Order: sequence, then C-alpha cells, then structure tokens
Amino acid sequence: MDKVTGMLEITGLGHAYGSHRVLQGMDLKVSQGELVTIVGPSGCGKSTLLRCIAGLIRPSEGKVVLNGTPIDGVPDGLAVVFQDYSRSLLPWLTVRDNVALPLRRRGTGKAERRAQAVRALASVGLDDAASKYPWQLSGGMQQRVSIARALAYRPSMLLMDEPFGSVDAQTREDLEDLVLQVHRAEGMTILLVTHDIDESVYLGDRVVVLARNPGRIREELPVSLPAARDQIGTRAAPEFVRLRAEVGRLVRGGAAKDGPPTVHEKPVR
Amino acid sequence: MADQSPSPGLSRPGKWARGAVGVLILFLASEALGRADIVDRSFLPPASTVTARAFELLGDAEFLHNVRVTLTAWALGLLIAIAIAVPLGLLLGSVPAVNTAVRAIVEFLRPIPSVALIPLAGLVLGSGLNMEVPLIVYASCWPILFNTMYGLDDVDPTAKETLRTFGFSRLQVLLRVSLPSSAPFIATGVRLSAAIALILAVGTEILSGFGEGLGIFIAQAGNVPDGTRDVLAGTVWAGCLGLIIDSVLVQTENRLFRWHHALRSGAS
Repeated sequence: MDKVTGMLEITGLGHAYGSHRVLQGMDLKVSQGELVTIVGPSGCGKSTLLRCIAGLIRPSEGKVVLNGTPIDGVPDGLAVVFQDYSRSLLPWLTVRDNVALPLRRRGTGKAERRAQAVRALASVGLDDAASKYPWQLSGGMQQRVSIARALAYRPSMLLMDEPFGSVDAQTREDLEDLVLQVHRAEGMTILLVTHDIDESVYLGDRVVVLARNPGRIREELPVSLPAARDQIGTRAAPEFVRLRAEVGRLVRGGAAKDGPPTVHEKPVR
Repeated sequence: MADQSPSPGLSRPGKWARGAVGVLILFLASEALGRADIVDRSFLPPASTVTARAFELLGDAEFLHNVRVTLTAWALGLLIAIAIAVPLGLLLGSVPAVNTAVRAIVEFLRPIPSVALIPLAGLVLGSGLNMEVPLIVYASCWPILFNTMYGLDDVDPTAKETLRTFGFSRLQVLLRVSLPSSAPFIATGVRLSAAIALILAVGTEILSGFGEGLGIFIAQAGNVPDGTRDVLAGTVWAGCLGLIIDSVLVQTENRLFRWHHALRSGAS
C-alpha cells in the first residue's frame, strides 16, 4: 500500500463490554475517496467497530483519528446509515424534513436546508417523495431517504452498517449501484459493513475481513476490479469469482476457528 | 391499512347506529321503571322527564354559569397537570438516578384516592377554585406522568442513535426524538386525566357543598323536595361533558398521530 496518510486512521483499537472482549488490536486506514467494505462472521464486532468510529461508544483501548483529529465524542464530519431504515427515520416528519434535520443542528438557514434536502433527494432518485412520510414509502425507498439524509449533511465520510440487510434482492442491487454512483460521482469516502461476501467484493475498493472472538482483522484484500461495475458483468468476471472465493474462505475460516489469527499470505497476482 | 377503526367489522354509521340502540334501550328501561310506580316518582322520575329538564337547563343562565365555573376549574387543573407531569415524566424517564430517588415517594402517594383528600384540602385551602384546582392537578398528574415515562421507554434506540451521530446533544435528542415519539402515549394519559379531572371537579363541588359549579347545582338540588329530577338532569350534563371532551380528544389524537397508527397497523 501507498504511504498515503488515511483520512481515517485506527490504531490498536480494542473494546470490551465488561469482561467480554469484542475487539482487539485493530489497525485500519481508509484514505480520502476510498470505498472500504468490512465483512466477517456474526459476532466479529462489526457493529462495535462502527460505533467506536461514530463516537457512540468510547473504545477501551487504542485510538481513532478522523481527518487528523482524534475522535472524542461524536465527530462532525461523519454520517451513519443504519440497517433499520424504518426506525432510523422519524415517522412524524416528512421525507424532506427528515433529510433536512441534521442540517438544522449545524445552524443552516431554513431555505438552504430545504434546497439541500431537495438536491440530496434528487441524487438518490426520490424527487417526488419529498412531501410524503417515510412510512408511506417502500423499504428500498426509505433506505434511499436515509442515504439522502446522510448526503445532505455533506460528511467527509459515510459509515454504512449493513445498509441493505432488510431489503429484497432486486432492491438490494439497485441500492448497491446507488452507493457506487455516490462514491464515484461525489468522491465520497465510504466505510461499509456487511455480512454478504458478494456485496463486500462488488462494492469495495478494498475488502477487510474480520475474524471473531475477539473481533480482529484477519486479512485485507485489494479489489482490482475496474471502477465501473455492473451487476451482471462484474459478478461474472474471473477476478470477482476468485476474490469471492478467497473472502469466503477467510470468513468461513474465521467462523470455524476461534483463537489466534491464522497467518495468511497475500494473494499473488 | 387505511381503516384504523378498532372493530374492523363495522362501518362508521354502523357503529353510531349500534351506540344509539344501546342508549335507546337504557332510556326505555329507565322510562318503564319510572312509570311502573315501583318507587315514588319524586325519587326516580322517568327518563323523559329528566331529559326534558336537561334540555330546559340549557336556557337557564344560572345553570350555564355553574357549568362554566366547573369547566374553568377542569381546564385550569388539567393544563397545570400537563405542565407539571410531562416535564417531570421526561426527567424521571431519562435520568435513572432521579427516578430511583423519587420512586418511593411516588409509590407512596399514588395509591391514595384523591377523593380522600377533599376534606383535607377543604380545611387547608378553603373552597372554590383555590381548593378545586390543586386537587384536580394532583389527581390528573398520575396518568400523564406514568404514560410519559412509559412512552419514553418505548422510544426506538435507533432513532436516538441516528440523531446522536448527526451531533445532536442528549437534550436535543430528548426534545426532537423522545418527546415527539412518546407524544401519542402522553396524549392517552391526558385523555385519561381529562376524565379524572372532571370527576374531581364535580366531586369536590358536591362534597364541599357551597359556592358555584355543576357539582354545587347537583348538591343543592338534592336538598330540595322533588329535587331528584334536577339532580339527574345535572348528572346527565356531567356525563355529556365527559363524552364530548373524550370524543374531541380522540379526534385530535387521530389527526395528530396518524404516523403512530400507520406504524402500529403496518408493523407486521
């Protein structure tokens, strides 16, 4: 890897709930404009990792640095997209007001808030839904709204916690492509947690595979697929198939074997 | 999905019709009992006489003044109760330390029937609004307080966390997520309290025995020979007030909390 200083730098991160250790010795860098996917078996501490980065919990050890500033509390430049879109959106606000709400915290004026919300909604293809309520929309559209809310906030980095875990397969593919489009068009730095191996390869510039008990990094795999990806072609490419198998082996190995990390050679190309 | 009625088998006019049939049967039964001369007519006048008197009272300026006095005490008491119980519920529901500290006091006070406090309040506070309003406030606080705390318990942690990640402070999250999210529960508490406040308003007046108000009207009618007709007519109006208040509040809730009903019926 290059010697580029990451916009997100995690060093020696570990966390325990009481005596239960969930994360240990994590080092991870995410550079400006990168889309990194994190994949791992259930119980590998994916959510805890994300919470530490988002400043929702204070890790027991190690540090997280965003844009050169150590994270202490909730950082300003981050936006999080949760899996439970229906519970993350406020049902008493219209779609537009939901999207505009975070800007209010920043003290953005009303007209400007509205304009940004409308622009963000347009960028996720929801121009018509602004004055509807979230519960009047389908699951996929609701997740689009929470993505729009994150985009309107103009974060320097977007965290996504299994964002497509509760939508059907077709919607999932559409949303994956939406994320790729946001990543490419706006140069958005994205850290996306998933349990889906295919998704981690399809979306990622780099795949980070976690092992569990305690959660730690097993392997980082660069994805050498071209930046322009499509659901049919990319998934049939030999490189995709090879990476998927590789990630699959690592994830399954991590699920079966608990204990010290196995030494894994970097794939030779 | 669109039909939020609790009994989906009946249309709106159907429900009205069924309610009207119930009222009619009760009316006829009471009419028959009154006319059968089993008891003296002056003790139990027939329903038609009571109803006629109830309508007559609508033109009676003094009676209307009494109703206005009672409603003033009711509204004042209920509003003060809301102003006390909602912030207190938010505090108790969101700061566990305060909750633990106050719990014992609350559990001691809550089972005391408010009506038992009327003689005490009479001694300490005298009569009229001075005494009526504090009693109403005391009795109406409980349902609002407990419903506020219950509503806070029900707030979705994902929604709170989402706003936290956008940098809202804990207080802002309380006001922007927890409070609106518990609002339907608080409204139910207010509706329960509205009925309790009316009971207390009329009850306090009846027991204190002098002054002004619907309860005074009823109490004084009871002291006059042949007064049962007026007692019952006044009671009919007390019941009607309760019914009107309740349906206005239910309508308001349905309009304000459409999102709440939509989520509840859509959550499959």
